Amino acid sequence: MLRLLQIEFIKLWNNRVSKILIIAYFVLLTSIALVAAIKFDIGPIKFHLADQGIFNFPYIWHFNTFITAFFKLFLAIVIVSMMANEYSNKTIKQNLIDGLSKKEFILSKFLTVISFSILSTLFVFVVSLILGLIYSDYNEPGIIFSDLEFLLAFFVKLMGFFSFCLFLGILVKRSAFALGFLILWQVFEGFVRGMIRWKFFDGDTTDIVMGFFPLNAMWKLIDEPFSRLGAVQSVADQIGEKFELDYGVQWYEILIVLGWTAIFIYGSYALLKKRDL
Amino acid sequence: MSTILTVSNLTKKFGYLTAVKNLSFTIEKGNVYGILGPNGSGKSTTLGIVLNVVNRTSGEFSWFGGETSTHEALKKVGAIIERPNFYPYMTAIQNLKLVCKIKEVPENKIEEKLELVGLLDRKNSKFRTYSLGMKQRLAIASALLNDPEILILDEPTNGLDPQGIHQIREIIKKVASKGTTILLASHLLDEVEKVCTHVVILRKGQKLYSGRVDDMMASYGFFELKSSNTDMLLTFLENNPSFSKVTQENGLITAFLSEEMNSEVLNRSLMDKGIVLSHLVKRKESLEEQFLALTNNASN
Repeated sequence: MLRLLQIEFIKLWNNRVSKILIIAYFVLLTSIALVAAIKFDIGPIKFHLADQGIFNFPYIWHFNTFITAFFKLFLAIVIVSMMANEYSNKTIKQNLIDGLSKKEFILSKFLTVISFSILSTLFVFVVSLILGLIYSDYNEPGIIFSDLEFLLAFFVKLMGFFSFCLFLGILVKRSAFALGFLILWQVFEGFVRGMIRWKFFDGDTTDIVMGFFPLNAMWKLIDEPFSRLGAVQSVADQIGEKFELDYGVQWYEILIVLGWTAIFIYGSYALLKKRDL
Repeated sequence: MSTILTVSNLTKKFGYLTAVKNLSFTIEKGNVYGILGPNGSGKSTTLGIVLNVVNRTSGEFSWFGGETSTHEALKKVGAIIERPNFYPYMTAIQNLKLVCKIKEVPENKIEEKLELVGLLDRKNSKFRTYSLGMKQRLAIASALLNDPEILILDEPTNGLDPQGIHQIREIIKKVASKGTTILLASHLLDEVEKVCTHVVILRKGQKLYSGRVDDMMASYGFFELKSSNTDMLLTFLENNPSFSKVTQENGLITAFLSEEMNSEVLNRSLMDKGIVLSHLVKRKESLEEQFLALTNNASN
């Protein structure tokens, strides 16, 4: 297993574009700490974002995992091209001839995806922990380590998304087209949502049905955290609105994304096995 | 002698096209094999199947007596198919290190093999800066990294300039002289003739012949003769039952033998008849002539 990871590491790390993107991604993950520096000091109006409670435990787990998940697009490019380049350079053929089995080939890519996901989760965990320890109003261990399921959801979300990218890379064989396909798929899911809502069901049922589509399932893993913020809540109270959202991570949402991950990885393997190179 | 590769009743269909039809042959250790055939005769497809990159339609193949899985067996094989495929953004050394990881062999042979193919001074250049000849030589170095039991080369000199072709041939000869089994697919016959001891001849995916180069045709060779007395010579040859066919072209008479005869015997009997030769050569058909004869026979 270590050998497969090393093989993939040599391929990625010697590619300048991949290297820059990977580094940029992790720098961005860390840069969420810079949000803490947002500070307005205009005469009597003093606004310091860090004081608004976004870095309070356990809310910070929710907020940071939601925000940093957007950066995954950087790695998506790396992953799609690491797969598609094997086709355009025909190195996949040479790898197989050199004695890598098709299963090992897919496994080496999947292990890389898992490593990226684990690394990202660890990064977010550490950065959030530090930020929280500095700015949070609550510092009891019981509160710090509550709601950690957002990190699990974050990990599953990344793994599912990257597996989708991997699958598209194998399916389309060209990185630009594969990324285009990804956007097209997003549009397609939006279109399906519209059609279902219009022709068949009410809003709630549509949400349930859409929860089974891959990108939607990944999106729903971590709900938007803004309406949960204390400031927003109090504003809502004043104008008589009440948010009654369930912000938690649902087990079935995780299950759906894990299911898609399995389908994508097995699909990649099946495609590779079936094709003549 | 141990068997390296056994292929039995292999068939590959691409849609309605049958690229390889019921092909069987075996590769024994220590020989140098050539797979011959015109373009599109199924050479590369056959190699692709045994190298795990093309799926077979039916039939079987087994490496080293079938004790290991194909991908494990391939770690003991060195192979180059068509164009050299490496990561363009990596240097020669980095590419070879990757191959070592895949083949699970130590990295200490990289320098030695680069030396063998004459690329040591360019080892830190990126692959995309190489010329085609250098790329092909790097591919050979990569195929030799594991000191393979068998080296498979598919059209290794395709697209190279004469110098490049010569370099590749020298390397192949060097490797062959060390006792490595070689399987060389080519449509360039002199290439095969120069290095191969055995041939498999394909045409439209079917095997026409497999065996030793020498035994390819049950032929006793032929004489090339010249004499000032051409008519008498022709009459003599045509009346002699030892010759099956006599042809004349530009004053050069070619007489094909139907039984064994050495040139001394022929010369003496011609002298007895008073026919003096100005040119006498005994030859065997070249591989090219044999190959053309075989492929023509099959098409008629």
